[in-house]
Amino acid sequence: MATEVERKTDIGPPHFEQFLHPLMKENYGKWKYHETLEPGVLAHTGDAGTLYSVRCASPRLASTNFIRTMTGLADKYADGYLRFTSRNNVEFLLADKDNIEPLKKDLADLNIPVGGTNNAISNVVHTQGWVHCHSSATDASGLVKAVMDELTDYFTSEKLPARIRLAVACCLNMCGAVHASDIAILGVHRTPPVIDNASLPNLCEIPTTVASCPNNAIKPTSIEGKTTVTVDEDKCMYCGNCYTVCPAMPLADPLNDGVSIWVGGKISNARSEPMFTKLAIPYLPNNPPRWPEAVDAVKNIVEVYAANAKPFERMGEWIERIGWPKFFDLTGIEFTKYHLDDFRFAGTTYRRSTHNRY
Amino acid sequence: MADDLKIPLLEELEKGPWPSFVSDIKSMADKSEVAADLLRQLEKSYEDKRGYWKHGGLVGVLGYGGGVIGRYSALPEEFPGVSHFHTVRVNQPSGWVYTSKALNEIMDIWDEHGSGLTNMHGSTGDMVLLGTNTDELEPTFQALTQKGWDLGGSGSDMRTPSCCIGPARCEWACYDTMDLCYNLTQEYQDELHRPMFNYKFKIKMSGCPNDCVASQARSDMAIIGIWKDEIQIDKDAYAAYMKDGFNIKDLVVDMCPTGCITADENDIEIDDSNCVKCMHCIARLPKALAPGKERGATISLGAKAPIVEGALIAQNIIPFMEMEKPYEELHDLIERIWEFWDDHGKARERIGEFIERVSLATFLENTGLDPLPQMVQEPRDNPYIFYEEYYAEEDEEAASDE
Ligand code: SF4
Ligand code: SF4
Ligand code: SF4
Ligand code: SF4
Repeated sequence: MATEVERKTDIGPPHFEQFLHPLMKENYGKWKYHETLEPGVLAHTGDAGTLYSVRCASPRLASTNFIRTMTGLADKYADGYLRFTSRNNVEFLLADKDNIEPLKKDLADLNIPVGGTNNAISNVVHTQGWVHCHSSATDASGLVKAVMDELTDYFTSEKLPARIRLAVACCLNMCGAVHASDIAILGVHRTPPVIDNASLPNLCEIPTTVASCPNNAIKPTSIEGKTTVTVDEDKCMYCGNCYTVCPAMPLADPLNDGVSIWVGGKISNARSEPMFTKLAIPYLPNNPPRWPEAVDAVKNIVEVYAANAKPFERMGEWIERIGWPKFFDLTGIEFTKYHLDDFRFAGTTYRRSTHNRY
Repeated sequence: MADDLKIPLLEELEKGPWPSFVSDIKSMADKSEVAADLLRQLEKSYEDKRGYWKHGGLVGVLGYGGGVIGRYSALPEEFPGVSHFHTVRVNQPSGWVYTSKALNEIMDIWDEHGSGLTNMHGSTGDMVLLGTNTDELEPTFQALTQKGWDLGGSGSDMRTPSCCIGPARCEWACYDTMDLCYNLTQEYQDELHRPMFNYKFKIKMSGCPNDCVASQARSDMAIIGIWKDEIQIDKDAYAAYMKDGFNIKDLVVDMCPTGCITADENDIEIDDSNCVKCMHCIARLPKALAPGKERGATISLGAKAPIVEGALIAQNIIPFMEMEKPYEELHDLIERIWEFWDDHGKARERIGEFIERVSLATFLENTGLDPLPQMVQEPRDNPYIFYEEYYAEEDEEAASDE
């Protein structure tokens, strides 16, 4: 049936030019400057004229209904032109300034916040969680919804010292830029994989499984004449590398899985160099549907940062200026032995000076 | 159908000001049993605090090794609608620009062949069509290609390249990210669709050091626009900012990381030889300052998430390369890197981990690059040097001959 039409392969994506707003084509490579008219509304100007972008939130996990609502609004106000940002926001591209207010009103009627520009908390980069992934220690969409319900006000305003990039990943694989975000929530397993010795010999290649462990915790062994593996529990750091290559070593453990909170990462090169996110809170319980402990922890960090950082100082830059002891002091977060690095380059994180603030 | 949808925990997530994915999936539950069962299974996950998906299986479309992620429910009897819940990755256009018409066509295809649920977009950049069964994969693929769309990457292949909006809507773009992204995606269709590498290889392109697509944290090869000459200054626009009472000292002069700006109410001067192109001053004074005219890109390698040996931020290997069509120098570099990594990398070893294992010096030697001080924060601080040149007895004369 379907074979009646010629089967095409390797055509690649459509050329972007057919999707460019006429003003984008005319001003292509010749934009002069941009302004922020209000949170969520940008105006880019070039010789051919000014293009207005109205940015709104999306749940990222979006149905065709949601997308059709967006395309409907684009047809109504933006001549059918819209785009998505790298942080899953939707942007309507308007030639007519007078369409901004009616579009905003329609979005407000749909309860879709407009914002996410400049010194705001933009939409959250996140992963699949219990919605779609086998590996997850927590859900991502639910966490994002619970956290952003409390922080929507920071999405629709630009009242922070600088932008805060939030990310959520549901296991240590960290699909998404969790390791370089201002604040990150990371799902963690806290117990070693449970080995399904009955199915492991059929499902997994032993040498690959053994080699997958960064800590050499996995050894081949024989049970009832069949080769399987054992895990040295003292060496296991619950990273899940083994599970990625061997389905018979799941780590999910409802009693112990939970989330950790990380801070101070940064991607842009503005002022300081890009930075890794560092551990703030090693463990909080998985408490669906609203994860109150994680939400409170994030909110606290946001508020302490907002009250103390200088204008345009990112989370990591602020912490570098005041020092980590002060960060723990101001946020009231407990510093524990889990904050002390013991992986590959642990020594690079130890203080080797008398530069103490008292 | 959806009348028997009992999801009290998830319904808690319908409250509050942020858009609710639960309400959104629910809106599909009447027409899609997949969506309804997804909610039911997810409710069980919320009750039991664990996921119910099996490890992925190998599924795909004819002739492709990537682009589809197999997913099966661990509880297919209980939730038959999601017994198969495969994901189709669709290669997004450069800069994620669309027309309503094009998006609606894709939504039509997905309503017909899948769950009607998507991620706009996935972490790599693809449009992610979430949830269908094995029999629908080929029809979905054919419907997509008829409309001009193709699949993205997955597994150990070149992953779908992505880029910032660049020259299409940003005055700071130092090269044409949109065009380069399209170029690389088309140039390497085979590498994208047929996994043959040691592991995944992501390429991301940002037009300036603001790095809006997080290339330096999220891609094996980060191509970031930059300039070499002087920041362009529009003195009239600068005067206008000053007239408006802009606090030049606190917000710009004191925040320049290299202290290379001298400025007051009357004038601004930049010591460009000390400027590290961080973009801070330009972002504060967008009408008065702009990147220079001698533009190109820096290339960094090796960013990745923790799996296997720990997370990395990309390291700079090319301080400056011109980025002009047809990008031959870049293609050549990419191919040399792939070749050496392919021949000597281990399975599941990303390029960043590979460089650390074989050493940066070895990597440079084998890809035809010269060591440069821009590649390091500082020279080594230990004396354990593998000297390769030394004099044997008979060389002595030649040596003193110099
Ligand atoms: S972070 Fe882990 S659990 Fe979440 S989607 Fe990625 S691999 Fe799956
Ligand atoms: S979870 Fe990580 S550390 Fe533990 S056995 Fe598996 S690979 Fe090794
Ligand atoms: S990375 Fe630079 S050029 Fe690209 S969109 Fe962001 S600011 Fe503009
Ligand atoms: S771009 Fe950065 S380093 Fe260069 S002059 Fe401006 S603030 Fe200073």
